[in-house]
Amino acid sequence: MAILKTNQLTKQFGDFKALDGVNIEVNEGEVYGFIGPNGAGKSTTIRVLLGVLKASSGEATIFGQDVWKDAVAIHKRIAYVPGDVNLWPNLTGGEVIDLFVKLRGGNNQSRREELIKKFDLDPTKKCRTYSKGNRQKVALIAAFSSDADLYILDEPTSGLDPLMERVFQESVIDLKREGKSILLSSHILSEVEKLCDRVGIIRQGHIIESGTLHELRHLTRTHLLVETKQPITSLEGMKGVHDIEESEKGLSIQVDSEELDQVLQHISQFGVVKLESAPPTLEDLFMRHYESTGAGGAS
Amino acid sequence: MANPLFNQTWKLSRFILRRDRFKLPIWLLSLTGITILIAESFTGLYPTDESRESIAQTMVNPAMTAMVGPGYGLDNYTIGAMMAHQMLLFTAITVAIMSILIVANHTRADEEDGNLEMIRALPTGRLSNLSATIVVLLGVNVVLAMASGLGLYALGIESMDLQGSLLYGAALGATGFFFTSVTALFAQLSESSRGTIGLSFTVLGVAYFLRAIGDVSNEAFSWASPLGWILGTEVYVNNYWWPIVLTCGVSVLFILIALYLSSIRDLGAGFLPSKPGKKNASPFLQSPLGLALRLQRTGLISWAVGMVFLGVSYGSVFGDLDSFFNDMEVMEEFLSPVAGVSITEQFTAKLMSIISMICTIPALMVLFKLKGEEKKNRVEHLLGRAVSRTRLLGSYFVISLITGFVMLSLAALGLGSVALSVMDSSMSLGTFYSSAMVYMPAMAVMIGIAALLVGFLPNITGFTWLYLGYSFFVVYLGGMFQFEEWVGNMSPFAHVPQLPVQEMEWGSTSALIVIAVALIVAGFAGYNKRDIQG
Ligand SMILES: Nc1ncnc2c1ncn2[C@@H]1O[C@H](COP(=O)(O)OP(=O)(O)OP(=O)(O)O)[C@@H](O)[C@H]1O
Ligand SMILES: [Mg+2]
Repeated sequence: MAILKTNQLTKQFGDFKALDGVNIEVNEGEVYGFIGPNGAGKSTTIRVLLGVLKASSGEATIFGQDVWKDAVAIHKRIAYVPGDVNLWPNLTGGEVIDLFVKLRGGNNQSRREELIKKFDLDPTKKCRTYSKGNRQKVALIAAFSSDADLYILDEPTSGLDPLMERVFQESVIDLKREGKSILLSSHILSEVEKLCDRVGIIRQGHIIESGTLHELRHLTRTHLLVETKQPITSLEGMKGVHDIEESEKGLSIQVDSEELDQVLQHISQFGVVKLESAPPTLEDLFMRHYESTGAGGAS
Repeated sequence: MANPLFNQTWKLSRFILRRDRFKLPIWLLSLTGITILIAESFTGLYPTDESRESIAQTMVNPAMTAMVGPGYGLDNYTIGAMMAHQMLLFTAITVAIMSILIVANHTRADEEDGNLEMIRALPTGRLSNLSATIVVLLGVNVVLAMASGLGLYALGIESMDLQGSLLYGAALGATGFFFTSVTALFAQLSESSRGTIGLSFTVLGVAYFLRAIGDVSNEAFSWASPLGWILGTEVYVNNYWWPIVLTCGVSVLFILIALYLSSIRDLGAGFLPSKPGKKNASPFLQSPLGLALRLQRTGLISWAVGMVFLGVSYGSVFGDLDSFFNDMEVMEEFLSPVAGVSITEQFTAKLMSIISMICTIPALMVLFKLKGEEKKNRVEHLLGRAVSRTRLLGSYFVISLITGFVMLSLAALGLGSVALSVMDSSMSLGTFYSSAMVYMPAMAVMIGIAALLVGFLPNITGFTWLYLGYSFFVVYLGGMFQFEEWVGNMSPFAHVPQLPVQEMEWGSTSALIVIAVALIVAGFAGYNKRDIQG
């Protein structure tokens, strides 16, 4: 069942179309990865979902309610971590966490303490003195210690060190186990691969690809490194074979996942001595889409 | 500048000029423009010796002296003497405000926002940003001094000779330079830009009140105030240059201290202590209202103290008032007496108009804080949780209204109780209080305009300040400049019954309330519709 759904969501800033017909759908109990280059429109989408920005056209619902009209009702059941966490310099981290939890309604002191310990945060320090990562921890602790149904996380790990990233991932997995739904925007593919059931890739305000990781892998290529007794012939012409490179270690090729079977059968005729394969990564897919625009843009 | 501490100062100065390429010309043009225009208008308003003579007499009273400073050359009240008496202090204060805001913006504010860190990472010296800011402000104030000095001289008014005009300009420039140095110093001491601006404004306020007390009672106080020094130049009358030298000398000293402090401190650190904080939020902090109050606590307390101080200062001049006014026939024309109403009461009525406008300032600041929070991307934390826009704006609105009310009450009660203790009068504290409270609807209209702008056009909230400045100008100083009636009527403060001189007038008061309510309702509607920037 779709807990969050957008339909042809469009957002215009003056003449600039930041979002152009965005359709995403997050189902109950699922972690949805929302990825795309800088300035693609991830944060804008999320802000529309929060009812902070008003969509120019199209509709968006969470729990079946309109994100703009029923914002407050929806927000009682969601937790949000912004991409750029700006806090009040003269309040302490502890005060901010309490305030945030309170504003959602609800109070879970023991969970709060546990998370503060896990994330290794000193809650008595003023936010002015926190580093970017520490400010992010404050927002994460506040989000995770609230008992929400949907978590909207905008690049939540961009300032965290690898250790904290792991704590974050564990927390997300815990939530998933409890059957919570999560919308996770990210740049970090390993994170998305590890956590997400489905992903949507956005570029220049358009969703260019979406589906389960499994489905998307069909669009990716497997990297093979082979050594054979006889030199392999007539590989160039084969369907689904790319980037052939000779080296001392062997022959390196990229193979479209759908054609893998064909290609392997062909190679095996030449007497395989060694075969290494690197798993298809989202990175390849990601890079392929980024490259076609020269990657990036203003954020 | 060979010293590596100052590396690239010139380039940074040019960068500051570029960043402020609109702001600086606007400040300079409006300051010199207004100075020259007013001088020009004086010649039209008071063409004869007699007309100036009579206005001179109206100006000689403790309240006026406390307000604009002692007049010099009152027995030969030339246009020049008049400019120096009526305009110099207020213009100088505006120049001080300009300098404080610009310096704070380029020093502590940039540091707080992390911009300075990027500049520091470039091959720039540790003191380059501070010195570049000072260089720019020095240049700005010199340009201001020259432009207004030469501009005044160019009017060709007989009593405004070259030396006097240049001194007038120099007095403005020196004030600007002095507050440049003060702000540069506080930018080192305080850890936040708000603190820097707050402390600098405190110095400005204390300088003003010290001078006011000094000018009315004991001259020694005036000489303890930089604004007293500025007025001590006795421009166009005696043309003393040494107070300018004194002011600049002290400024240079402050700048050296600021540079020294800046050279020994960490980026982002200050010298005023900041204590470790609480682990948990108090029950009080756990709502948008509590948060809004907490964020502005220090500012509000300072304002409250300031307002009591303001009331008490004005109240203390009431003792001399009656004897003073009784000698003067012209005063009667000025205040247009009503039968059976004492001069004291008329003065009270007049005073309350300015006090109510000053009390409007913190009320507006409270509401604009919400816009500031939005700019800093902190509103989405609240709206992203179960807080409706109405509740959020409502919290700030309620605090704003209460702030206006409390500030006005404090000032009126401070004024009334001190005034009653220093004079014999049949007036009661209630009279003072009600003559202040009738301004609440006008204040509510201003708050309504602010709410409307926050709701629809958050980028031009500055308009409210312009409008308040305009109101101050036409309502308070209007008598002096004899504007057309409609000019005054454009301000909500002009439609308030002047208690205790006039009768209470429910018609105009209700009209103001209705307008205020309409503005506020519209503001809420707008805020519920628009995009929140962050
Ligand atoms: N208030 C605004 N006014 C005008 N343009 C805006 C506004 N907010 C965002 N944009 C533009 O919309 C586009 C999408 O921005 P958005 O912040 O959604 O990107 P993002 O995908 O979150 O990028 P990043 O990965 O860098 O966080 C950008 O080109 C940005 O410049
Ligand atoms: Mg973003």
